[in-house]
Amino acid sequence: MKENRRTFLTWLAGSTGALCFRAKADDLSAVGDFQGYPDRVGMLVDLSACVGCRRCEAACKQVNGLPPVSVPLGDKSVFDQVRRTDENNWTVVNRFIPGPGATAVYAKKQCMHCNEPACAAVCPVKAFVKTELGPVVYHPELCMGCRYCMAACPFGIPAFEYHSANPKVTKCVFCNDRIKQGLLPGCTAACPTNAITFGKRSDLIRQAQQKILQKPGEYQDHIYGVAEAGGTSWMYISKVPFDELGFSMDLGNKAMATYSYGFLSMVSAVFMVWPAFLGGFYLFSKSREQQATEPTGPDANKQGDAR
Amino acid sequence: MNQTATNPFLSQAWIRENIFLGKSIGEYIRSLFTPFNFVAALIILGGLPLIAIRYATGLGFVTNSSNDFPWGLYLGWGLFGGVPLSSTGFIMASTVYLFGMKQYHSLVRPAVLTGFVGYFFAVVFLLVDLGKPWHLPYPMILSFGTSSVLFLVAWHVALYLSTQFVEFCPAIFEWMNADTFRRWAVRVTIGATIFGVILSTLHQSALGAMFLVMPAKVHPLWYTPYIPLLFFVSSIYSGLSMIILESTLIRRFLPSRMAEENKRKLDGLTLGLGKGAALTGLTYFALKWTALAHGNDWGYLGTGYGAWFLFEVFGLVLTPCILFTIGVRQAKVTFVRVAAALTVVGILANRITVALVAYNWRLPHEFPGWKEIWVVATIVTIEILVYRWVVNRLPVHMEHPAYASEHVAAAGHLAGSFGPAPVAATVEAMAPLNPPL
Repeated sequence: MKENRRTFLTWLAGSTGALCFRAKADDLSAVGDFQGYPDRVGMLVDLSACVGCRRCEAACKQVNGLPPVSVPLGDKSVFDQVRRTDENNWTVVNRFIPGPGATAVYAKKQCMHCNEPACAAVCPVKAFVKTELGPVVYHPELCMGCRYCMAACPFGIPAFEYHSANPKVTKCVFCNDRIKQGLLPGCTAACPTNAITFGKRSDLIRQAQQKILQKPGEYQDHIYGVAEAGGTSWMYISKVPFDELGFSMDLGNKAMATYSYGFLSMVSAVFMVWPAFLGGFYLFSKSREQQATEPTGPDANKQGDAR
Repeated sequence: MNQTATNPFLSQAWIRENIFLGKSIGEYIRSLFTPFNFVAALIILGGLPLIAIRYATGLGFVTNSSNDFPWGLYLGWGLFGGVPLSSTGFIMASTVYLFGMKQYHSLVRPAVLTGFVGYFFAVVFLLVDLGKPWHLPYPMILSFGTSSVLFLVAWHVALYLSTQFVEFCPAIFEWMNADTFRRWAVRVTIGATIFGVILSTLHQSALGAMFLVMPAKVHPLWYTPYIPLLFFVSSIYSGLSMIILESTLIRRFLPSRMAEENKRKLDGLTLGLGKGAALTGLTYFALKWTALAHGNDWGYLGTGYGAWFLFEVFGLVLTPCILFTIGVRQAKVTFVRVAAALTVVGILANRITVALVAYNWRLPHEFPGWKEIWVVATIVTIEILVYRWVVNRLPVHMEHPAYASEHVAAAGHLAGSFGPAPVAATVEAMAPLNPPL
């Protein structure tokens, strides 16, 4: 009996220890329906105002210390192919021609600064962080270079310095340092047509709604970024349907991070249930073995113990 | 105890016996000139400079990965493929120690070694692939990204690597003739086994769960909320297949390193493992269709991706299951071994498909370059050489001479029977298997 109690207590202590360890390691606050920081900033891009001058590209490169544009600003050949962001181009302007003979529409692409970013959620070292102000910022001193952020980003934005021995993952950081000093982000300050508006995200949504209402039938009745992938800080309005302008329309309205919450919340349960489950199997097979060894053993109490 | 067992660790006689296989250094070096080693040396000598240049100039030198396809063969093969193929340790340890199927005891050590070496080299692949490999310990010591499934994988791979090392320690201490340490190491077997199963359940499925955050990027035929379950279940039958292959290869190519008794028993054990693989494989096959039905993705079956999906599910899952079943029912071991090889191919194909092919399926894909393939071949070759080095020296497929006498008792002791040694039960279990099914 003593043996039995001691075994039980050992198991109990072990399970409790495991439980405490898990409870500490799990950041339970990560599980929840996050609505986003209330006063965060955002951007509103009116695609109908963009003329494809690419001054935002040049300004972005200048304020972030990136090499200057490889194709001169006036050269329209740059639009022959749809470009994505890379380590030297944190924002790119692409040209779309919606249907034969239609007027070209230019769409600026950069990090969308999601409300609940996939890159930040999947980073095992929190190298990407969503700040309360709004920007999703990067900490190269933490980054391992695993590129899970790039794999996870629904907008295909982060880029990796494949040709550096000490590489970084790069993307638009919303000119975080500039807006903290009260300056406009580089691209916004450079835009000659006011296609990009900087402001509080909630204000920008109202502004976008007003624009759509004031010119009935002109704008698409959709503000891209209010709900996509759980909502983003950058938002777009357009007179041409978004799916003709290279925007992903199949992202859904849930933050990508939420898709793995179910799995993550199971982790603690496995740590608790498995020892009991597997320990049970072990005790069962042990008792079966002992019964096979001494089927009519004189020490009946011993068999009782084994069960 | 024979003479070898009494040589103190690192004494000259011990080194000659246990490092140079009882040969003089000259003899030993001459014995290394074999065709196999020649080919291995060519691969490695070609691959090491590639790896060196990679660290000097950046990952781009040895990969065709890009900003759109950030994960290439190093993760597709080395991590996502390597880890399920290394599930051997937790499967055999739980089979023998927790579920009490003692007849498989002789396969626990090779299975744990296969697992340990496999995980170790999964980390090696990671070190090649990470942009800043020197930041690898950061998730453990510096910054805890607890909302990341990869954070879980990192911790679990580190913990499980340590656990498997502990599980393999008895063999190491026998080789070192360190009897006291060996007895300590043996005592933690049950605890280590349970811990190992917990960790394996979670990180095998977590490798699949890593893709859960990419519903819009992974092709619908492979993206499913079932993906953690699919990865876990397939890791079981891939591990069983790896044990079948490993033991077959050792018996074929290193026969002197497998005890005669184990050689005799192997065909019977292989059939038993084949039965398990058939059952878990068919479960996986059914789950694949359940997942497809759950997502109602039937329409994609008519596309090019659908053709690959059907090939994967019928050619690389159902076919080996049928071969396993025929082999088991008709006691044809060759069928089971062919099925095991096909299963391993199928697992690698599945993991590479999810990480590379079905990933970002709307964009044009690029094939891995020759340097990427060569580096993978280099690491796999080193892995095989390390495995062979250990099997040639440590008692893996055999009892150490010093402990052979306590063979039966040890089996009972390892299983944690602290009462009288269950001699009868163990001897009975050691008898050849009844015809399965």
